[in-house]
Amino acid sequence: MAEEKEPTAVVSEEQLDAESKEKTSDEKKIPTFDRDYHEPAVTKRIAAISFGLLSPKMIKQMAVCKVVTPELYDKEGYPVDGGLMDTRMGVIDPGLTCKTDGKRLKDTPGYFGHIELARPIIHVKFVDVVLTMLRCACRECGRVLIPDNKVQKIAKELDRIEQEEGLERRREAIKDIVINLKTTSKCPHCKAKQQKITIEKPTTFLESEKRISPIEIRTRLEKLPDQDLVLFGLHSHIRPEWMILTVLPIPPVTMRPSITLESGERSEDDLTHKLGDIVAPEIIIEDLWDLLQYHITTFFDNNIAQLPPARHRSGQPLKTLTERIKSKEGRIRHNLAGKRTNFCARTVISPDPLIRINEVGLPKLIAMKLTVPEVITAWNMKYLKTFVENGPAKYPGANYIIRPDGKKKKITDETKEASLEELQPGYVVERHLLDGDVALVNRQPSLHRMSMMCHRIRVLPYKTLRLNPAVCHPYNADFDGDEMNLHVPQTEEARAEAETLMEVQTQLISPRYGLSVIGCIQDAISGAYLATTSLTFTREESIDLLSAANIEDYSQLPDKEKITGKELFSCIFPKDFDFTGKSKKGEPVRIQKGKLIEGTLDAANLGAGSGMLLRGLHRKYGADETLTILGNLFNLGNEILVKYGFSTSLSDTDLPQKAQDLIQEALDQAEKDVTQLIDDFHNNTLEILPGRTAAETLELRILEVLNKARNKSGEFATQYADQNTNLVVMINSGAKGKPLNLAQMAACVGQQAMRGKRIEKGYFDRTLTCFKKGDLSPLARGFIRNGFKHGLNPKEFFFGAMTGRDSLMDTALRTPKSGYLYRRLANAMQDLRVEYDETVRDSSGKIIQFQYGEDGIDVSKSEKGMLNVQRLIDSV
Amino acid sequence: MNPTLKTFEGKLPLSILQEIEEKCLPAKQKKVAELALEEYARAKVEPGEAVGIVGAESMGEPGTQMTLNTFHFAGVAEMNVTMGLPRIIEILDGREKISTPMMEIFLKEPYNKGQDVKKVALMIKETKLGELVKEFIINLVEARIEAVLNEEKMKEIGITAAQIVKQVDAGVRDMIIKEKDNVLFMKVKGKDEKHLNEIYKLKEAVKETYVKGVKGINQVLPVKRKDEFIIITSGSNLKKILTLDFVDTARTTTNSIQEIAAVLGIEAARQAIINEVYKVIEAQGLNVDIRHIMLIADTMCANGKLRGITRYGIISGKSSVLARASFETPIKHLIDAALSGEKDKLDSVVENVMINQPIPIGTGLPHLIMKDEK
Repeated sequence: MAEEKEPTAVVSEEQLDAESKEKTSDEKKIPTFDRDYHEPAVTKRIAAISFGLLSPKMIKQMAVCKVVTPELYDKEGYPVDGGLMDTRMGVIDPGLTCKTDGKRLKDTPGYFGHIELARPIIHVKFVDVVLTMLRCACRECGRVLIPDNKVQKIAKELDRIEQEEGLERRREAIKDIVINLKTTSKCPHCKAKQQKITIEKPTTFLESEKRISPIEIRTRLEKLPDQDLVLFGLHSHIRPEWMILTVLPIPPVTMRPSITLESGERSEDDLTHKLGDIVAPEIIIEDLWDLLQYHITTFFDNNIAQLPPARHRSGQPLKTLTERIKSKEGRIRHNLAGKRTNFCARTVISPDPLIRINEVGLPKLIAMKLTVPEVITAWNMKYLKTFVENGPAKYPGANYIIRPDGKKKKITDETKEASLEELQPGYVVERHLLDGDVALVNRQPSLHRMSMMCHRIRVLPYKTLRLNPAVCHPYNADFDGDEMNLHVPQTEEARAEAETLMEVQTQLISPRYGLSVIGCIQDAISGAYLATTSLTFTREESIDLLSAANIEDYSQLPDKEKITGKELFSCIFPKDFDFTGKSKKGEPVRIQKGKLIEGTLDAANLGAGSGMLLRGLHRKYGADETLTILGNLFNLGNEILVKYGFSTSLSDTDLPQKAQDLIQEALDQAEKDVTQLIDDFHNNTLEILPGRTAAETLELRILEVLNKARNKSGEFATQYADQNTNLVVMINSGAKGKPLNLAQMAACVGQQAMRGKRIEKGYFDRTLTCFKKGDLSPLARGFIRNGFKHGLNPKEFFFGAMTGRDSLMDTALRTPKSGYLYRRLANAMQDLRVEYDETVRDSSGKIIQFQYGEDGIDVSKSEKGMLNVQRLIDSV
Repeated sequence: MNPTLKTFEGKLPLSILQEIEEKCLPAKQKKVAELALEEYARAKVEPGEAVGIVGAESMGEPGTQMTLNTFHFAGVAEMNVTMGLPRIIEILDGREKISTPMMEIFLKEPYNKGQDVKKVALMIKETKLGELVKEFIINLVEARIEAVLNEEKMKEIGITAAQIVKQVDAGVRDMIIKEKDNVLFMKVKGKDEKHLNEIYKLKEAVKETYVKGVKGINQVLPVKRKDEFIIITSGSNLKKILTLDFVDTARTTTNSIQEIAAVLGIEAARQAIINEVYKVIEAQGLNVDIRHIMLIADTMCANGKLRGITRYGIISGKSSVLARASFETPIKHLIDAALSGEKDKLDSVVENVMINQPIPIGTGLPHLIMKDEK
């Protein structure tokens, strides 16, 4: 990374075992694959990376060639020796071999070259350091402008700061020292008078208004003695004059490949263009010095404020080194911290309640493209041969075989016979995916770890990924066109980790709040609610339902003709399960010995992210069992609803005349109250709230009155609405909708608020031109008196649209803000981990917490973040 | 704590022991504690658990569900405070200046029973000269400003004209001030004394001069909370308020974390972060376990100073060059690293992701050492 950017960075590989050099050559013989099941045990790893500056000597040493001409190719299209595309620096044409290592395209890593610059050039990125050094070191003797006796003391102090407060503080301390030195006018060592040095950005240095040439700067920097350099924060191996370039490393050809356009024309990389400019002027005269400086500056960074960016002929700015590294699309965040993978798929998702919660329905089409490698042994040879026989076009087949030497062979109709003959233990078959294979399923944005879970594959027809609707909640997915990604782990290690750490059932309990993130949704809740409140079934119906829900144990059914919904649901719970909890309405729910004795099952107990029922099951029976029970609850709820029939209609929002009258009365009263308030305000008789102006008080009071009125009408609506309509069932069960939604449809939409206030925007002193100026009445300030069913009048509609747009904006503005907050949090805390001594530490071993969360409890193993003491007491 | 439970001290967290003691009959306590110990062992975090990233996720995920502009019309008599996502961002940034500083001042007896609350509140409020002046007259002939004081208001906050003169004299430079019959006469000192512009400037400066109360407290609001009176203020000055003798210093608090850190120290700041963040989360009706917030607060306070979660705060303090570079301003970090010859030991997560090595967290933490047989 760092090499690209600046003449820096030596990557030191510290071997874990001693015989390093020999080993490397040995390892070259072992074939490498893009998959690692054959890879020898990792015996080497990078232990550290050090950063530093490259001296001109080092640049020359590491260079494989000297570039002398800006020419790229000769007449035959072959790279010119000593040109920018010299084959010693690596090759990018399939036919050629690299002259340095004899390897071809893709195998050769590429090597640096160098050019000798005709004149020294200042490296833009070091301008600041060079400036402080010029200012703080004597122009005659090169010593830092601090008396000898103090130098030692300051150096020690700096070391102490670094020890105690870290490198960052040291840098700040150095900055403080340097600022004070700027004004010193006489060298304490040689008594020479110092002159004021200024900078004309980006790269021109002036001493008392006179320009200092880079040559002069370089000679001055050369004079700086090593022992003074610590005071500028330089490492002892670094000489300041290296910041003035005399040789420039030429990055390898492989990192600036040219692309061949459709017309057969070659289009060179931006870096090659820039390097061409740098190499071009051979005979240099004073004028061209600045030009060379410009080219080299823009080679490093094409976004310097004072310089016009170098452009293509088309006018588009070149992307040079800095731009390659920086920002989200730069090398670091795009290629290094985030990587691309093979063996993945992406399509639209759709629901399938008939597959298990931890399954994913995979289109056959995809199952035939994605593969899993399986190593042939004497025992599975026959089995694996069947895949090869089927070939890539017939499911279940195989796409490739891999020989023990790592050669990958595609299976086609022609090669099939030969491949079959060839197969023997040690070969690997890349076979199509089968039911029961594991895959990681992911939906962006991946905000928490449940956004990527491991599912079992179920190969199905058609072209969408199928998910059980119960897992929508952790993924935050719906089926209005959402797409999801799927990855197939390729090694045993990866599969094992995926199964034990990421499979759906292992993720049931959220680490955010310690309750189940997966629960019943929508129809399943409505169904369970209906059944446990009112429905009864005949014995035959019950068995039908249970069997439709995939429950085969009917022994729990009581031996009677009429079976209540409660009894039906009791079939699902284990026989020794006890539970007490509360339903959504606050009524007790009791399960004794696996029988639902009293209470209704609704969103409070079945829903995702709420209730202890699922948590209790999980605690007692473990993750796998809970998932099965949850699946059964879900299916039974759905099946009951299918049997019962469920739909909602406009008439569900009808209210009896009495309720309508009450609502109108409440609204009329509210309007009257508001009028009274406004009158009081104008007569200055309004009681002013402390700390508010009269106008603010009025607004607050009006809002209060109107909100009360809307809530009241909502209460009337829910109170008088027919409790047996499906709409009310959905609200009461918690499956969908809130009482407010009913109230808005049936009675009154209510006050439209923007930024916590009634609507004020629009014209001068009024919201719409159909109102009088200064009209403060509810209707003129965004109160929607009608309900959705009755319909809104144009003014009301307009206010509704205003708040609608406001909330759209809110969402659009919030997403990037919270995304950035999340990124910062993740970056700051990603290395925190629990150590073996139970402390929480960061990567450098600093203790953040002595015990995680003060009690060492893992939230995802807790019950709502606690150890349930009450339950323990009850159980004794 | 009774002796039976005492034996479990050190094995079970204090909070659990207390809960057992509170809720459980003494006879059962031993059995319950034993059961609790068993469950506790099962509920503990495992070594290697990536608690940091889980904490970040637990905060970041609900962040997307929070509202940006929060509406605050629930309690009419409350101050308007920033809530929701902007507030969380503000707290975690560790900002020096927050958008709506606010204090809750608890009072000692008898004031907390309602006696003289209004008066006390007005004493706290910062009063500027402009608020006490009925009328400003610019007397061009004399080149002076005449400010007619509002006696009623002066009485209300309990200040005399002489005191005002003293305060204004101390607060504004280059001015001569005299007072007669509750009228202030002010003149510009120096050579520009007749210049109209200077006089106007003086008038504006004088208006904003502090005369009484606590600096920074812009608004006061006495409120009854449960069965006592407290004062809610907009604007915050913890240091000054805590010196007042009628204030209950133990419970009085501000929402400015930086101020708490400066006045009460880093542990108090940590608790303040937890409280403030939790308040927002609760108000939004979200469910985030307190441990995640604690971890964030602890990370921010770990080195004794309050550091925000920004590129200048915590992230700048990381030891790894690549980890810093992968966050923001990569070039700056690479250059600095090159100059001081830094060495990246690759002991955190991103660096190892970058070079395709196992990360030292979770299953990547334990190392098996194996002889490579050849």
